[in-house]
Amino acid sequence: MYILIAGGGKVGYHLAEELLAENNEVLVIERDPGRAAQIRDELSGNVLTGDSCEATTLDLAGVSRADLVAAVTGDDEDNLVICDIARYRGVVRTIARINNPRNELLFRKRGIETTISATQAVLAQIEQELPTQMMIPLLQLHSGLELVEIKLPETSPVAGRSVREVLLPAESLISLIVDPGGVPRMPSGDTRLNAGDALVVVSRKESLDMLKEQLIGSTHGLDT
Amino acid sequence: MNVIIMGCGRLGSRIAGILDRQGHHVTVIDASESAFRRLGDAFGGDRVVGNGMDASTLERAGIESADAFMAITQGDNRNYFSSQMAHEVYGVKRVLCRVYDPVREEIFRDLGLETFSPTSYGAQIMVDMLMHEPARR
Repeated sequence: MYILIAGGGKVGYHLAEELLAENNEVLVIERDPGRAAQIRDELSGNVLTGDSCEATTLDLAGVSRADLVAAVTGDDEDNLVICDIARYRGVVRTIARINNPRNELLFRKRGIETTISATQAVLAQIEQELPTQMMIPLLQLHSGLELVEIKLPETSPVAGRSVREVLLPAESLISLIVDPGGVPRMPSGDTRLNAGDALVVVSRKESLDMLKEQLIGSTHGLDT
Repeated sequence: MNVIIMGCGRLGSRIAGILDRQGHHVTVIDASESAFRRLGDAFGGDRVVGNGMDASTLERAGIESADAFMAITQGDNRNYFSSQMAHEVYGVKRVLCRVYDPVREEIFRDLGLETFSPTSYGAQIMVDMLMHEPARR
């Protein structure tokens, strides 16, 4: 595979290192001459100094024969321009690094195949590890509905009860239960809820506080 | 017409003034508040301080009800990014994008934007000027 990497920062450099080790043909394009010189030796010369947002630079790098273009600069606008020009030159697979998670929708709408958001990844990790974060917003649906994940603490008022016995706010629904072992179950009225279960719940945005109180309890944790 | 202009430099502020005088509702976005001095006291539109590539700034400027969006910052890539955001994410009907680099301008036009390159225009106009005798010496 011929892989073109736009941006020779930390992400671009390590990506190139890995891909070269797997015997791919790799070229890194780096705008800053100092940085380019610095990584050129370590990447066996596979570095081109130039602005990858310029079509002429991409052409010089042989973009039209690339199997994949990875735009991993620190600027989302540059990454979008690089992917769009590459696609315009006939590259089918483009991957963009996204720094602001809110920009992901735009990249998707532009048809850029895969997008990676380091910020999102770190955020997800933090949210998973924070013990006090018992309710994690997953997705906003149309018409004011929201999908959230709620992990039932030991002190949950509904632990040990069946789904039927749990009083939920109007238009709320427990749609999936994942037990502590990671096994997903479709809940029925008889399904018992246990501490440690993660519930995926659909609810109205304005009912989320009430939902939290009913499933987690009002005095739990540090978050309010 | 509701028009959002991103970038309050010489061109952006001038366009904002013309449209404002014509009775359109104009909102100007710029990262630096001091740029708004170019608009002058007579300007009756709105001023929004912020990064025009940021969805929240665009929303504060009323992108959801805008009829037109004009990207006129100094950065070609920034202008392209915000223009695509206005077009693809917010469905703004008219999106005009200034691009200095003539090569990129052609590509961006092929990718569906209404683009304008002062470099190409300026070059053509100055060559024409040179080739034609001035009307009066």
